[in-house]
Amino acid sequence: MSPLLAAAGIDPWIAVCSLVTVVITVGMGFWTAGKSKSAGDFFVAGRSVSVGWNASAISGEYLSAASFMGVAGMVMATGYDALWYPVCYACGYLFLLLFIAGPLRRFGAYTIPDFAEGRYDSPVFRKIAVCFVLFIGFFYTMPQMKGAGTTLAYIFPGLPYWAGVVVVGAVITLNVSLGGMKGITLVQAFQYWLKVFAITVPIFVLASLVGQYQQHLAANKTAQETVAAAPAGIERKALPAKAPTDEAWIAPFGKLTTKALDASIIAAKTPEAKAELEAHKKPYSLLYTYSLIIALVCGTAGLPHILVRFYTNPDGVAAKRTTMWVMILIGVFYVFPPVYGVIGRSLTPELYDAVGSKGTDKVVLELPTLLAGRNHPLLGSILSGITCAGAFAAFMSTFSGLLVSMSSALAHDIYGRMLKPGATPEQRLKAFKWSALIVGLVAVGLGSQVEALEINFMVGQAFAIAAASYFPLLFMSVWWRGMTMRGAATGMLIGGLSALTAISLTSISDVAVAKAKKITDAAELTAYWADHPLAKAIADYWIAHPLARILCEQPAIWAVTLSIILMIVVSLWTDRRCKHCGEPIGSCPVPADVRMKMLVLHAPEALGLKQEYIKEHEGLGGH
Amino acid sequence: MSESSSTPDAIHSDAFLARLMRDQLKLSIACALCFTVALVALPLLNYYQPAFMAQRIFGFTLTWLILGVLFFPFVWIISFVFIKRSIALEDAEAQAAQDGLTK
Repeated sequence: MSPLLAAAGIDPWIAVCSLVTVVITVGMGFWTAGKSKSAGDFFVAGRSVSVGWNASAISGEYLSAASFMGVAGMVMATGYDALWYPVCYACGYLFLLLFIAGPLRRFGAYTIPDFAEGRYDSPVFRKIAVCFVLFIGFFYTMPQMKGAGTTLAYIFPGLPYWAGVVVVGAVITLNVSLGGMKGITLVQAFQYWLKVFAITVPIFVLASLVGQYQQHLAANKTAQETVAAAPAGIERKALPAKAPTDEAWIAPFGKLTTKALDASIIAAKTPEAKAELEAHKKPYSLLYTYSLIIALVCGTAGLPHILVRFYTNPDGVAAKRTTMWVMILIGVFYVFPPVYGVIGRSLTPELYDAVGSKGTDKVVLELPTLLAGRNHPLLGSILSGITCAGAFAAFMSTFSGLLVSMSSALAHDIYGRMLKPGATPEQRLKAFKWSALIVGLVAVGLGSQVEALEINFMVGQAFAIAAASYFPLLFMSVWWRGMTMRGAATGMLIGGLSALTAISLTSISDVAVAKAKKITDAAELTAYWADHPLAKAIADYWIAHPLARILCEQPAIWAVTLSIILMIVVSLWTDRRCKHCGEPIGSCPVPADVRMKMLVLHAPEALGLKQEYIKEHEGLGGH
Repeated sequence: MSESSSTPDAIHSDAFLARLMRDQLKLSIACALCFTVALVALPLLNYYQPAFMAQRIFGFTLTWLILGVLFFPFVWIISFVFIKRSIALEDAEAQAAQDGLTK
């Protein structure tokens, strides 16, 4: 078998490690399938998951292909600015902890649409909220699929990108439809520890042989240094022309944040125009950085597939404890991916020249194989096998989690609440399985289109949409009694949709430009652009208006603000209260029992208010 | 929906809810401020003091060390303090409310 694999360019160690990860994941799904019987087990694991398990499972689900492969790739490609991603991915949980985790769990609903309906007594609002589970979910699955395509194309060098997407999509869809969320909790928790093992062990071995993190970082000269401060013996290959310079790479406000303006500078016709644009470079970069921070920090607190996990905590205090442990678990993880990016810049600079699934996004997989050229062929293969296993764990676990939350939205919210409210638990379970199949198919279709985009960049965009839709909804609903359904819906819808539109415009033009770059023949290129007039018009507009491009690529800074302002203004406008008693008048949009709802959200469980609330609503025909 | 109009006890009073939300929000905002100040300040320092932030510490530049390594434990400390205080606050509230009821 081994010579056969070698002939096909496949390293047996890498193939075996990857296969074992897939088999364990699928096996655990099957094993637990027999244990999850009721609909409650499927959706929120019977609400009985302990803090330790739940924190590992949330971390396992959260650390996606973007964290495992994308962060390293982006640090290597763009340098310092990319560090904001891992830091905000981890620290964004603080906002979730401070403002949302405890109250949300106490409210006691299955999903975010449940919360939206329960808080405002409005089935219409549920429909709006469900749309965003799907919008954010699909934006988030695309980069996971790119991770899958990239990893499989790396393991099996002859395999086309789309084939990897199809294989991984099919395996996970099957797993989710068999196991549901209970199965997933166990699998996710296991996968967190696998990912930590897979990111740390290879880099420790590698660093001990080729030089430490800080030594490789010191090999990059800052603008203030005349020579690099690297100690003797740190090896560094020559950088290709496409790679950013040391000074731009190691300092803030580099390629990531100046890309839009750089394109305009190249296109500028006169030296004066160029000089004027140059002067804007740093302020625009600062704006980009802040918008990115807002997207990632607020977005973390608004991700539906993560929020749904807080309902699996036994109570609000456990939800808060879980969040703190999640921050510690993922924080420890996130120190390591940038190390791959930094060492990769020194030792595998050839990745700068490659595009798509062969580019810097695969540095985590590629770097350990360098040891093969240093008289450690077996070690290199084993370590690369380990990072491949980690990559599998990364995109499989996140995709599973997304599949569960999107299928739940379809089965629980659309089928169970809208299409067939009287459905039996068996029918709902069946609907869940069918929904998983549909979502899986769409995700594979979308994933096969995005080879040209960076994994981490795409995930950042999903965060921006979450930041402009769910975050303001949850934050304001939990803390402001005066919010009306119309206010909440207007803010979430307009904020979220405008972020979605802005981001889609940049992605459409980026995918088209990436395809155009592959065309070398001038006549063919003209014909290509003639076939894609919309993408051409958008791309030209970005060149002429770099600020608009930055604000569309990173819309959080205006979209989150817009969403919150709309919520406040529309709520104040639609909220009419009786001047004498302060209670809402008639069919007023502020729910009549808002005080009780706020008590359930904020009062400690010890007071037993939740039971009271549920009983009352059961008496009224169910909540 | 009888809770708001007919039960005059302490838990269901407006004053109790207002205090509950105010105390918890105050704690959350104080912790969020520490975090936000750091998030806002780091890009500003990079912007106005690039040479200072580029000085080498153990091979890292100062700004890389802060963002890539030190930021994580900083946030853990904030969250640890928050959890401890917030749980203590909840216990005190539950106790106070129950005392109010038995009076």
